[in-house]
Amino acid sequence: MDGVHDLGGIAGFGPVEWTPDEPYFSEEWERRAFRLGLGGTGIAGANGGMFRHSAERMDPAQYLDSPYYEHWLTGVTTLLVEAGVVTAEEIEERAGGPFPLSRPDRGRPTDTPTDDRTEARFGVGDRVRVRKWHPLGHTRAPRYVQGREGVVVRVDGAANVPDAEAHGGGFVKNPIYSVRFASRELWGEGGSDGEAVHVDLWECYLEEDA
Amino acid sequence: MTGPDHVAPIEARVAAIEAILVEKGLLDTAKLDEIVQHFEEDLGPRNGAKVVARAWVDPEYRQRLLAAATAAIAELGFGGPEGDHMVVVENTPAVHNLVVCTLCSCYPWPTLGLPPKWYKAPAYRSRAVREPRLLLAEMGTVITDDVEIRVWDSSAEVRYLVLPQRPAGTEGLSEEALAVLVTRDSMIGVERQLTT
Repeated sequence: MDGVHDLGGIAGFGPVEWTPDEPYFSEEWERRAFRLGLGGTGIAGANGGMFRHSAERMDPAQYLDSPYYEHWLTGVTTLLVEAGVVTAEEIEERAGGPFPLSRPDRGRPTDTPTDDRTEARFGVGDRVRVRKWHPLGHTRAPRYVQGREGVVVRVDGAANVPDAEAHGGGFVKNPIYSVRFASRELWGEGGSDGEAVHVDLWECYLEEDA
Repeated sequence: MTGPDHVAPIEARVAAIEAILVEKGLLDTAKLDEIVQHFEEDLGPRNGAKVVARAWVDPEYRQRLLAAATAAIAELGFGGPEGDHMVVVENTPAVHNLVVCTLCSCYPWPTLGLPPKWYKAPAYRSRAVREPRLLLAEMGTVITDDVEIRVWDSSAEVRYLVLPQRPAGTEGLSEEALAVLVTRDSMIGVERQLTT
């Protein structure tokens, strides 16, 4: 989905708030949210694609305004409510106030491959174009490369298509490629010479560049 | 009052869902604590630094690392979740590599640990692919125009580690002493010149 999580190229966030070193968890609740994310996804009967998508479905304002591990908390709790493990009323009563959850899943597994494919159709050096389909559900094809042309620089093994996995489409294997995009192909006049971005993309995201 | 929307405080929300799952007998916090402890004690950039130092002193290891990183990293005992499909990208006088995850927070856990906050924050994720040279300069790493910047967006299964250049004047140093020079940031690519 073209969600707020799909941040590549969005302007206006200002400088990076870099720190030389920091603990993994700066507050105790972060450690507990991490622990909950590790355990809760399985309790909800969910997989990795569903977990990622549960945070992507957060209200955009909450997503941007919240600390990272609030994404884990909100996402995994949404999965637990959707799976019927807990109810929204139950958690709000226990928390003593509103407990915002992510918005409903709008994805459809029909958008995705249904049969395993492990043999790579493209090779290193091939020109490819990313399909421009902007699905409403989960995908790992960032918005900033959809419709753009690039060159395959590496062929990786096949792995499960997240778009299917995240919406009950099962585990369907498909080859993965690292595709190189020139900065100017992505950003036009706003791009720069001497900069390239490599994005790892499943084969079902790509089409031959005619 | 807990804010403009009266949302329950984050601590209360975490405690609520955790308590309910524990009461239902679904969540084993003690078992999960062992995993979290493993992250805190065993994983971190010191592991990646050992990989880099080995590559600097052993040309054959360097070749194996660049050709098949997951296996080469496993030689030093590092592997596991978020490190099952590793690719190492090498900095050269003509090339600088930078790693990002624009969609979430993908990061090579076995070699670098859990990512720092800034790596997961919108500013880094949005700008690394759009204006990497400017972003790096703002972060104190000036990459001159004659050096190509290659950004790697970890959008699928592969997790990336940058192999920084060995600093000049370190010919006499041992592998252990070299590993001390390798920083977390140099293996993400937000730092280029390591200092002795």
